[in-house]
Amino acid sequence: MNTLTTIPINHYLIFCSMLFSIGVIGVLIKRNALVILMSVELMINSVNLLLAAFSAYSNDPAGQIFVFFIMVVAAAEVAIGLAIFVLIYKTTHSIDIDVLNKLKW
Amino acid sequence: MTILIALVPLLPLLGFIILGLGYRGIPKRVAAILGPGTILISFILSLIVLFNFRLSPFAFRFFDWISLGPVSIPFEFLIDSLSILMMLIITGVGFVIHVYSIGYMSHDKGFNRFFAYMNLFIFFMLILVMSANYAVMFIGWEGVGLCSYLLIGFWFKNQQFNNAAKKAFIMNRIGDLGFLLGMFLIFTTFKSFGYQVVFEQAKTMSAGSGTMVAITMLLFIGAVGKSAQIPLYTWLPDAMAGPTPVSALIHAATMVTAGVYMVARSGVLYVLAPVTMEVMGITALATMLMTAAIAIFQNDIKKVLAYSTISQLGYMFLALSVGAFTGAMFHLMTHAFFKALLFLGAGSVIHALEGEQDIRKMGGLKNALPKTYWTFLVGTLAIAGLPPLSGFFSKDEILGNVFGSSLPLWVVAVGVSMMTAFYMFRLLFLTFAGKNRGSDPQSLKIHESPSVMTIPLIILAVLAFFGGFLNIPEIMGGSGMLKEFLAPVFADAVRLNQLQPHHVAARLEWSNMVVVLLLVLLMAYVAYRKTVNRDPGTASRNVLIRLIENKFYVDEVYDYLFVRPALRISDALQKFIEERFIDRIVNGTGTLVVRFSNGIRYLQSGHVGMYLFFMIIGILLILFINIFL
Repeated sequence: MNTLTTIPINHYLIFCSMLFSIGVIGVLIKRNALVILMSVELMINSVNLLLAAFSAYSNDPAGQIFVFFIMVVAAAEVAIGLAIFVLIYKTTHSIDIDVLNKLKW
Repeated sequence: MTILIALVPLLPLLGFIILGLGYRGIPKRVAAILGPGTILISFILSLIVLFNFRLSPFAFRFFDWISLGPVSIPFEFLIDSLSILMMLIITGVGFVIHVYSIGYMSHDKGFNRFFAYMNLFIFFMLILVMSANYAVMFIGWEGVGLCSYLLIGFWFKNQQFNNAAKKAFIMNRIGDLGFLLGMFLIFTTFKSFGYQVVFEQAKTMSAGSGTMVAITMLLFIGAVGKSAQIPLYTWLPDAMAGPTPVSALIHAATMVTAGVYMVARSGVLYVLAPVTMEVMGITALATMLMTAAIAIFQNDIKKVLAYSTISQLGYMFLALSVGAFTGAMFHLMTHAFFKALLFLGAGSVIHALEGEQDIRKMGGLKNALPKTYWTFLVGTLAIAGLPPLSGFFSKDEILGNVFGSSLPLWVVAVGVSMMTAFYMFRLLFLTFAGKNRGSDPQSLKIHESPSVMTIPLIILAVLAFFGGFLNIPEIMGGSGMLKEFLAPVFADAVRLNQLQPHHVAARLEWSNMVVVLLLVLLMAYVAYRKTVNRDPGTASRNVLIRLIENKFYVDEVYDYLFVRPALRISDALQKFIEERFIDRIVNGTGTLVVRFSNGIRYLQSGHVGMYLFFMIIGILLILFINIFL
């Protein structure tokens, strides 16, 4: 019994679902690219947490290993995303995604 | 030994691959060594095979070519006296013609390409004669057709030459279809393609059965196409569009004799189908007579020889139709010598006159081209059948057999023999004797061909002169060497032949020979009187002669009956099916996609938020489908 399993699994599920939904809503309604990126992070981390919880409950460390991988990939992705935003800011002096509507039709 | 035999066809293939892949980079000098060199080695190997051959055929398989369940078609060779004879003719005459081509094609830009094609042709021809079953034979059969097409259309910038090539190819396809159907029928009847298996089983079957007649008739259609007999002969005169060495090798010495070889090889099947033998005899006779008549009135040096070739092939089929298989193969061999010689001689004349082929504009070339003249003379004497040249012996054997079979056939065959003598001497006299009728500047530049061209002529002249001694008939005290050599191959066919020509008394045979000889000499004299120092342009305007001069309008009739209807049908199909249906379906698909895309492309609005929204809707949809459906 480790400390993770002292809390019932339902709580994890509900908490992570809420966290994920907040992330989704953030992605949908925010226009600031930086905030969208943060919302995406939120979604990723909610999934991470759920993975860790499930792995603890099923006594399988593979899930937790996975979490590490996801964190590494997410870090790399954020680095690229931020670099793109820096370039966008340099050209448009804004990181509002509604400005980025040149590529269409 | 196996390796040596495998190398015989593989070397020309190797030559083709090297010359074909590197034809831009390889210098002419290398190609001139490589092209004929591979054939020479093949010829030497064939000689080694001949000397190690002990009259018992042996077959060996290299690999299973096609195996489907119980059916297995091996890629195998059969080496017996018949295939060895053909191998020697193909590589021997082929080598000589290759050497000649070095000189003849020396100014041509496609020098390497030419040798590549020629080597490929030799390869396929060897496959054709060395195969041990009909399926492998068919590879060679189709391959030589392809090479013939490529080489007739060798100067592909001339549309007429291309048309000639296409004509040859299409005409051959008609025959090939017959051959293919015959093959299938053989397979369904005997459950095998192998010669040995098929003939072994065929021997036990009753003569004249429907299947046997069908098989042999279908195979004969194949032979008619390849060996240019009525009704599929019209491609051969047009095939003269190719370079002259090609005419000599493919359209005189080897490929066109493939049909004769195939029928001789399938002799056992043919003797069991007397109906086919009769059809073959009639076809051969009609072809001989008709094309010999046409040859008399042709004015193109190569066309005369082309029609003569068809006529001589008719001789071979006539011999086959009376069961004289050895006679047919003997004539095939001597014909390969003297007709190759005549074509190469004609090539030498054309080369000297820089492309002039009309014999009305030649004449008096005897002094300018002495070597060509003398060798051409040997060829003419040989084909006319004067003793002791090769053509005399081979023709005599055929005529003797035909005489023993039926008198009317013999009379017609002798008539064709006379016509042969006439048109050949006419050709000889018009070309070499008398005064030059060409334009003046032409006669000044005439020069004998280089020795790379004249030496092959001399070699072939020697062969055409002495080739007949291989098979001196018994009544002249000869042993019939070739006959003995080929006897094991044809033993079964000869034994089963019910229409075997009866033996002719020696005295009758002698008298026949003398009669034929006198008639031939008479025709030579007539040809001399008709041509030398006369203006060849003033022929009489007789209706019959006009008919023959225009080649019996066969090309026109075919054009009217087959070519134009086919074109008209294609035209109609293009207008109705192609444009109204196929085009509309294809274009309609495109238009539909364009219209649909025009409608929905505005979804790509450029708003990132919108895209995200769609993405999430999509994910939710997938989730929904996964969970609830």
